[in-house]
Amino acid sequence: MLDTPAPLVPRDTADLLDAIRTASDAETPLELYGHGTKRGIGHAVAARQSVELSALSGVIFYEPEEIVISVHAATPMAEIETLLAANRQELAFEPQDYGPLFGLPRGSGTIGGALAANLGGPRRIKAGAARDHVLGIAAVSGRGEMFKSGGRVVKNVTGYDLSKGLSGSWGTLAAFTELTFKVLPRAEFSSTLVVFGLDDAAGVELLCRAMSSPAEVSGVAHFPAATAASLPHIGDNTRACTLIRLEGFKTSVLYRAERLNALIGPGQDLVRLDEEASRDLWQAVRDAEPFADHVDPVWRISTAPMHGPAFVEALRAAVTFRHYYDWSGGLVWIEIPDAPADAGASAIRETLSLFGGHATLVRASGIDPSVRRFQPQPPSLAALSRRLKSAFDPLAILNPGRMG
Amino acid sequence: MSTLAMPAPNGAILDRRDEIAAALRAIVPGEGVVSSPEEMRPFETDGLTAYRQLPLVVVLPETVEQVAEILKFCDEHAIPVVPRGSGTSLSGGALPLEDGVLLSMTRFNRVLDIDYPNRTATVQPGVTNLAITKAVAAEGFYYAPDPSSQIACSIGGNVAENSGGVHCLKYGLTTNNLLGIEIVLMSGEIVRLGGKHLDSEGYDMLGLLTGSEGLLGVVTEVTVRILQAPETARAVLFGFPTSEAGGACVAAVIAAGIIPGGMEMMDRPAIHATEAYTKAGYPLDVEALLIVELDGPQGEVDFLIGEVETIARRCGASYVRVSQSEAERQLFWLGRKAAFPAVGRIAPDYLCMDGTIPRKQLPNVLARMREMSEKYGLEVANVFHAGDGNLHPLILYDGNKPGEFERAEAFGADILKLCVAVGGVLTGEHGVGIEKRDLMGEMFNEEDLKQQQRVKCAFDPQHLLNPGKVFPVLHRCAELGRLHVHKGQLPHPDLPRF
Ligand SMILES: Cc1cc2nc3c(=O)[nH]c(=O)nc-3n(C[C@H](O)[C@H](O)[C@H](O)COP(=O)(O)OP(=O)(O)OC[C@H]3O[C@@H](n4cnc5c(N)ncnc54)[C@H](O)[C@@H]3O)c2cc1C
Repeated sequence: MLDTPAPLVPRDTADLLDAIRTASDAETPLELYGHGTKRGIGHAVAARQSVELSALSGVIFYEPEEIVISVHAATPMAEIETLLAANRQELAFEPQDYGPLFGLPRGSGTIGGALAANLGGPRRIKAGAARDHVLGIAAVSGRGEMFKSGGRVVKNVTGYDLSKGLSGSWGTLAAFTELTFKVLPRAEFSSTLVVFGLDDAAGVELLCRAMSSPAEVSGVAHFPAATAASLPHIGDNTRACTLIRLEGFKTSVLYRAERLNALIGPGQDLVRLDEEASRDLWQAVRDAEPFADHVDPVWRISTAPMHGPAFVEALRAAVTFRHYYDWSGGLVWIEIPDAPADAGASAIRETLSLFGGHATLVRASGIDPSVRRFQPQPPSLAALSRRLKSAFDPLAILNPGRMG
Repeated sequence: MSTLAMPAPNGAILDRRDEIAAALRAIVPGEGVVSSPEEMRPFETDGLTAYRQLPLVVVLPETVEQVAEILKFCDEHAIPVVPRGSGTSLSGGALPLEDGVLLSMTRFNRVLDIDYPNRTATVQPGVTNLAITKAVAAEGFYYAPDPSSQIACSIGGNVAENSGGVHCLKYGLTTNNLLGIEIVLMSGEIVRLGGKHLDSEGYDMLGLLTGSEGLLGVVTEVTVRILQAPETARAVLFGFPTSEAGGACVAAVIAAGIIPGGMEMMDRPAIHATEAYTKAGYPLDVEALLIVELDGPQGEVDFLIGEVETIARRCGASYVRVSQSEAERQLFWLGRKAAFPAVGRIAPDYLCMDGTIPRKQLPNVLARMREMSEKYGLEVANVFHAGDGNLHPLILYDGNKPGEFERAEAFGADILKLCVAVGGVLTGEHGVGIEKRDLMGEMFNEEDLKQQQRVKCAFDPQHLLNPGKVFPVLHRCAELGRLHVHKGQLPHPDLPRF
């Protein structure tokens, strides 16, 4: 085995700039990571030298009354969440923690990683993903140049929105140094209605009706019996569970719960879980708890909500799997035990092409590197993506190969 | 009277005008090509009417294939193209070029698909913002971003400008409500981004395209998310003796964990102008008027109205009026929504600025603006999206008085510089266009601007799509692509390894 050099650990932005310039001059690629919680996602980076960014940490300013926080890019998520919680605020996109899927400790990860992966949990469907909450960035491009984009205010159309362009780029375009995010008030009260025993189609249909009601629901997930057993707080459950979450001021939540009850109609078997129990439930939805600490391939599939169950039904003909739905049916999490050599990629992507959307192979330990982790793009879009990569990183210094 | 320089027209293109028009007629037959000065007159300006320029020729395609052929033809012959929606841009984004083809998207006016279970609407880019809401209103849905120009402006223009409205504090801007688009690149390639699903499979091209002011691609189809209309909405009017008190109230509402559907503020000159024009019943003895709208489930709105009222009184509100009916709520908004025409009645001309500032800077910025107003000898009336700190100072002037327009522009530039100096930005929702182009250096350094232009090069390497907008200096893509070798200038040769 080739011995890998120890990671570079820049102490500050100047160090990082130096590291990337040196690499650019020598045309030696670098692998960038923060805490490394998502290193298992995407393709192995074709670089021997890694750069651990975790020292670029710390809050630059946090102004609760202006609902804005600005931080060095590798500030731990846990630190940010604690700070915001003390002011009854939060990052509203409900960033998922990928640690559990990879058998890693819960609660680690950095804010830079959250943006690089464009995280977005169950509330994504109402409040958006990391891309919708970032206000401004400073970063070092693969050319070894510092640049900034955006600002610290919510309304801003000055120049191209590079903050969005870099969200979900998995460190392949630039290394973030500073990030400014919008924050929002944390809901005073959380409540979840759990309806038992619906099949996939009926469950998702109910979720879509709830989304189309004025009840302002902020979480909509459906678990068939096989995965529902992993959910906390619902006892010895062997039935499918359909979850609808309401958040906000307590008076408002209770009022809306009444309205939702009416929408669900009489004769359904249901319970309401409040506060801690409700929050725990959604953490399990967010972090793909039914598949935590396993090793089998896991897929994350984004499609139109009503297409979720039809896609799943069609896929059954080709592979055996366990699954559940978030985002009102539009996000399908799939785990494939006894997976075929390609982890089900060809079956999943062929089936999905009938419905539209994209499929990401999130957990792929031991799967052949030729299996595309990210959804392949049509030729004209793929060519545009390559040109965008060159615009930031013409020598492919940063995380080469990570996105395939 | 224009004071901004546009790229010098290419004489060779001007000489070939007839030939180019003929080539375009071959692509878009019938009425689709307009080339006489009289017929092109309606296209010579947009919402920034101080600037006018007749284009080389106007083309009005009807299909995406025609758009692709037009762009391919222009790319091959190095002819600039200016996309245009409804022409309501307030920053000159759709200002024609003398040697450029004006690509009008108004014939792309069909609603293509409405999907209630998935809560999406797919439309052509020339469909107006309000027409989307109208198309889904019968089922109780609406499209959330609501620019004041919504009866006229096109959704394609909204995407190009990332437009917002009074409801974007709670519901987001165009970019947060957009699911998919089809674009045509300058090369004529057709690319689809997104769809009815969430998030991108690769780079967030959708995010990059939104707000790109027609410089990266021509939008030929748009899919947006639609929302169920809130169960109810109620508005409250608060008057404050000082703008400081008004600003403090806005901050206190948000600090209490309340994100209202809309939170708009006006200063004394704006209150007086709109009250004279609309008779909305605004108090005239206050320095700042705040309209707070709460929307959502009945039970929530009733509760929050009480909360907000308590906060406002604590902040020193001298006037409080809660809407008691839908008609009264509409009346509260009438004045605010008519602010531009109302101001138009008290002065022959006005310039509408669009900076954003951190909210806490509001009193400071208003005070500085009053000083500038005296210095320049021009009145200014302010309306703003108070919740998100987006200011719209309206600078009043008389274009017939020599030198006043130039003074108004200089005053506007000073306001925007002030916005940047206090931590804000040049434009919150109207775009850079030509209007703020030469101020980009206030916010960005060369390095920042070059990186933005490299993105442009990935889409349009010859700078043919809407040139002269957004960037003060156009660098050739070959020059932008050149790599620097950094050797010998490394600041930290002793980078630690662990
Ligand atoms: C009275 C008034 C009130 C306004 N209020 C608001 C407000 O509240 N909020 C707000 O955000 N804005 C507001 N505006 C500004 C303006 O209405 C918006 O910027 C609007 O989105 C422009 O749309 P349009 O169709 O008129 O675009 P145009 O003015 O035709 O074009 C604007 C820009 O978009 C580009 N473009 C247009 N169509 C396309 C396309 N299909 N593909 C690619 N590029 C394209 C053009 O090249 C140009 O750069 C207001 C304007 C007026 C006159």
